[in-house]
Amino acid sequence: MRKTGYISMKISTLFYTFWQGIKNIFRNKLFSLASIATISACLFLFGIFYSILVNFQNIVKTAEEGVCIVVFFDEGIDESRIEDIGEMIRRRSEVAKINFVSADEAWESFKDDYLGEYSEGFLENPLADSANYEIYLNDVSMQASLVTFLESIDGVREVKRSELTAMTLDGVNKLIGYVSAGIIIILFAVSVFLISNTVTIGISVRKEEISIMKYIGATDFFTRAPFVIEGILIGLIGSALPLGVIYFLYNKAIGFVSEQFTVLSSLLNFLTVEEVFKTLVPVSLAIGVGIGFFGSFSTVRKHLHV
Amino acid sequence: MPRRKKKYMEDDEVIVLENVGKIYRENNSHALEDVSIRIKKGEFVFVVGESGSGKSTLTKLLLRELTPTQGNIYVLNYDLKKIPHRRIPKYRRNIGVVFQDFRLLKDRNVYENVAFAQRIIQVPGREIRRNVPRVLATVGLAGKYRVRPNNLSGGEQQRVAIARALVNKPAILLADEPTGNLDPKTSLEIMHLFEEINNAGTTVIMVTHDQTIVNAMCKRVITLNKGVVISDEENGVYIDED
Repeated sequence: MRKTGYISMKISTLFYTFWQGIKNIFRNKLFSLASIATISACLFLFGIFYSILVNFQNIVKTAEEGVCIVVFFDEGIDESRIEDIGEMIRRRSEVAKINFVSADEAWESFKDDYLGEYSEGFLENPLADSANYEIYLNDVSMQASLVTFLESIDGVREVKRSELTAMTLDGVNKLIGYVSAGIIIILFAVSVFLISNTVTIGISVRKEEISIMKYIGATDFFTRAPFVIEGILIGLIGSALPLGVIYFLYNKAIGFVSEQFTVLSSLLNFLTVEEVFKTLVPVSLAIGVGIGFFGSFSTVRKHLHV
Repeated sequence: MPRRKKKYMEDDEVIVLENVGKIYRENNSHALEDVSIRIKKGEFVFVVGESGSGKSTLTKLLLRELTPTQGNIYVLNYDLKKIPHRRIPKYRRNIGVVFQDFRLLKDRNVYENVAFAQRIIQVPGREIRRNVPRVLATVGLAGKYRVRPNNLSGGEQQRVAIARALVNKPAILLADEPTGNLDPKTSLEIMHLFEEINNAGTTVIMVTHDQTIVNAMCKRVITLNKGVVISDEENGVYIDED
């Protein structure tokens, strides 16, 4: 009997605290709206930035997959040695894919690409020593170390690579990483500051009520919880709104870019909104709730000496 | 075997102050000096004195808003000097507080103001629905439970504040200048209400400088002057030197 009473008391407390948190939002309507709007703006920018970032990474990854290293062998090398070399390369962790191109295949490809009907004058394969391995990488930044390894293999005559492409792609990747980290940190700081301001104002508006609560015997948790709930709700609403907007804008933006830059259509390999949202939704909601929780919790601790 | 709680006071006592002193470090002022008072269960005690006599400091010490610089304060067998922070809310639930300025929540009606006191100590809803009308009837406001404080007279607002202080059935009712904002007739009505509450068994401590009220009630009067108890008399009187 006592236990039932205890449970119902706790549930009613939970509802009361939650309800007070919602009421707080309406009591400071203007500041709540300002906080929600700013968090929304921050997370909207974050969402846009994230969408651009993941798409860019996707495009870079596609480009990276096209960057290959070509390995040529010493003249007169036997086939078993070529296979051994192939096996050694395959075992390397940075290697995504390896293709063997025989001398005949290399000549056929060269003929198709450059000579056409003029190739009939060649009786023998002029590219007899052009058998090679085409190596595709997981991560283009590992190109230099792989090339050093390849050059050290006995039986390898020459290693051809595109250093400029690799360096450019690697540089772009790093730049995007740093810029995104910087922007995300700034957005977080701004949002925490705003939540903190809203809760401080909420506390000053309710100073009288809080002092009465303290005199009557409210626990620290009971006094603080509505403000923390208020912060979490503001963070949650502030993060859900931009997600909705981005969802509708994303496909339109992708369609627009694809239409306007048809020349680059083979390069611009965009992700679907579902693929982007698989990470963006939980991350945005977690950020919103996190900002709301920490912003309000730290403010309540600072201003509410109960 | 359960640990026996340390006993700081006699069974019939609710408040014991032993050589209590309070110095405010900010301006090095001595608000209370060597104050010793013992109050028994069911007593009605006036604490009187001029402004700056230490009445407010005493109230704050009893509510454990402040801690004494010297001496000991025991209330309902709580040692207020040693009570841990987390136990202060539980301690305060034993003390009903009434203020001069009522301190009602303007955005809530009479019922909600009283229920608020129960909600924050997590009383179940069905008990709140039973207790609030009962206590509102005690203070004579049963018919006004839906009215907002701004639409009530000063006396009625103070009755709501008293109901809010009483609803959690405190052992002690601490009233800080409860008639300070009321006219003489309403003040007397409020005093009669306090007397009824006291007759029902609640210890009442009233801080005031209202000479008429104190002298009309013929209760115990403790007089403070510059932080020192200068008189403590049963059926005492208060001579306001102003």
